[in-house]
Amino acid sequence: MRHSTFFWFFLPTGLAMILFIAMPIVSVVTQSLFTPHEAVLISVENCGPFGCTQETTIDQDATAAIRDAEPLGRFVGLQIYADRGHIAVSEVTEAWQTTDSLGAFFNRLANLPFYRAMAFTLVFVFVVTPMVIASGLVIALAVNTVTARLKGIVIFFSLLPFVINPLIGSLVLFWMIDSRGILGNAIQWMAADPTLSLKASTGLMWISLIIYGIWHASPFAFVIFYAGLQTLPTDQLEAAQIDGATRLQRVRYVIVPHLMPLMTFVALMQLMDNFRIFEPIIGFSAEAHARSLSWAIFNDLAGETRQLSSAAATSVITIIGVAILLSPVLVRTWRDFKGKA
Amino acid sequence: MFLKKVAVAGAMSALMATGAYACEINARVSVVGNEFPAIQSVGAGAQACTGAEVSTNLTADHQKINVAGMQGNPAEYTSAIVANSSIVGLMNEDVIRPIGDLVEKHGQDLQKSQLITIGGEVMAVAFMANAQHLVYRADVLEQIGVEAPTTYEELLAAAKMIRDQGIMENPVGGAYAAGWNLAQEFNNMFLGMGGSHFKAGSAEPSVNSEAGVATLEMMKALSEYMNPDFLTHDSNATNAEYRAGNVALMNMWGSRAATLVTADGVPQEVVDGFAIAGPMTVGGGSTPASTLWWDGWTVSKNISDEEAEATFIAMMNGISPSMMESEEIRTQAVWLIDGYEPTPAAVGVFAAAGMDTIPYPMLPYMGLMHGALGAELTDFMNGSESAEQALKDIEAAYIAAAKEKGFL
Repeated sequence: MRHSTFFWFFLPTGLAMILFIAMPIVSVVTQSLFTPHEAVLISVENCGPFGCTQETTIDQDATAAIRDAEPLGRFVGLQIYADRGHIAVSEVTEAWQTTDSLGAFFNRLANLPFYRAMAFTLVFVFVVTPMVIASGLVIALAVNTVTARLKGIVIFFSLLPFVINPLIGSLVLFWMIDSRGILGNAIQWMAADPTLSLKASTGLMWISLIIYGIWHASPFAFVIFYAGLQTLPTDQLEAAQIDGATRLQRVRYVIVPHLMPLMTFVALMQLMDNFRIFEPIIGFSAEAHARSLSWAIFNDLAGETRQLSSAAATSVITIIGVAILLSPVLVRTWRDFKGKA
Repeated sequence: MFLKKVAVAGAMSALMATGAYACEINARVSVVGNEFPAIQSVGAGAQACTGAEVSTNLTADHQKINVAGMQGNPAEYTSAIVANSSIVGLMNEDVIRPIGDLVEKHGQDLQKSQLITIGGEVMAVAFMANAQHLVYRADVLEQIGVEAPTTYEELLAAAKMIRDQGIMENPVGGAYAAGWNLAQEFNNMFLGMGGSHFKAGSAEPSVNSEAGVATLEMMKALSEYMNPDFLTHDSNATNAEYRAGNVALMNMWGSRAATLVTADGVPQEVVDGFAIAGPMTVGGGSTPASTLWWDGWTVSKNISDEEAEATFIAMMNGISPSMMESEEIRTQAVWLIDGYEPTPAAVGVFAAAGMDTIPYPMLPYMGLMHGALGAELTDFMNGSESAEQALKDIEAAYIAAAKEKGFL
């Protein structure tokens, strides 16, 4: 393709990317470097149904004047990133200096919002992603062997978990695992422990969220692998069969290598999606046990006093986190590309 | 078209018949607010106005959307229904306007106590009072032979008797859901223990104190008698537990208690045993472990004067004294509206007001403290850290947030 043709071909996409991806990121980064001005507080008399009291409030006229002079707020550099709600530099240093074992150090870390969120997020990412790829492959192989007449309906039902809105799906599951719900009751019966509650235990809550994650995303992997299976050359499979390969060996040495580029794609998407886990935490009301960076952003914005700078800093950290997670896969794809060229 | 006109005329005459008097407006009105029966009545009253569209968005998530919906110019919402906690968020962002002039012009029906004045300017019109107080099962307490508890210590003793006698496994209810609800329960207990959230006259936190530790210990003791899922139970879930007959003693909002057993399918013994009492004290103190609240409406700053006037007129219609003729509406809340006669459902809130319960603090940085409490208390409640550590974490989280917002 000539360079000028490519330029005109790519221009609309490029513009959309600048408008909807680059500019919001610039805006979020800027927001994370500034905080609101120091509040100008005055004491005034408040009156209402319960009488009058002297209370502190914000002097709006004075604040408006400061805001007009510097609309972006105070420039604080990386201070928000370093505070306790994020990387917590001074808290981590202090914990490192005052603890004498790694266990105690990690215990202290787990008490800080950012590291607590990372602990759950990373466990979720690294358990759910491979499990989704595995279960997606198994479902695809199974559906591929179903007779043509049943295929449509089987595919439809296999896709359902992915079609359902994550918030609705997690809410339905949340009610089912309630200690008075059908699954929660069944588990109590199986464990012969009438006081067992999934929602009251951190470990069980993590397991519930992970199972939900696998349940929700498996159809995505399935549909991609299933499409890949349709392009599988039958002569290779037959050749392997003639060479005496068992079914397992055919999967291992013929099908999986053929699907490898698709697996990379699914892994990329899943790493990205799982790192931003959010809806199930809300749906399961799991914030007492499991939090993620996306939950932290939501929490900053949902309070009666919104913390935009803090939310922006967490967003930037999320972008960096996704970039780090994706880098090995991206580097590999780049090498393959260079190798081919 | 004809059919539509007939339908509108029919709806109009129905409204006239129920006592809402004519209300004419000539600009759009859009209301955002919390969702419970009393507020729904106010919204319906505002929507009875004709001449322009009145839309309402009443949702439990109102405080997550009201600032964003009022910051634009023109603002999406011309009015936000708020309480003494959530008005602070709107004041901090400067999105509501003083309404003294409109009160003079259209507010003849208002009583002086309904006007929320901040620094001499009317910023909101209150229409109801609210507080959390005891709701209990009189039949169960009779069975174990005790009076309705007046202190949390008595409540614990009663809960133990109910469990020991095998009447209920988890007889105590409470909105202990992680986040806003849990923080509010802390606030109640902390004020009852004589604590104060901030050092006098400053934004410096002071929850890490003896009162704080005593508060957490009491909350932990109560949670031992709650459904093990208590950290996921908000007011709605707690009410469901009560309705199902699983709970005998709980601290509940007055605005929700009134209609607690009117839902479908509530067992007869729960309906018959339903009883309300005032808030309890704790730790030998005389201040109730509760907070006083008002709910009221505001008018947006970033809208035209016509819209502001239309909003004021419509909202005045939403709280018109004629509503007090309806027994059903009267029961929904402790109304501050002229002509309100207290119903039996109001005893809890009246007791709270009579016992000098402390109103929820209207401080610019209280929202940040509430948020820090909601996020950091869970570790203590699920047993993974000590009370002292939890209180230290709360102060640290609050300080980080307050520094960011320029309060410290």
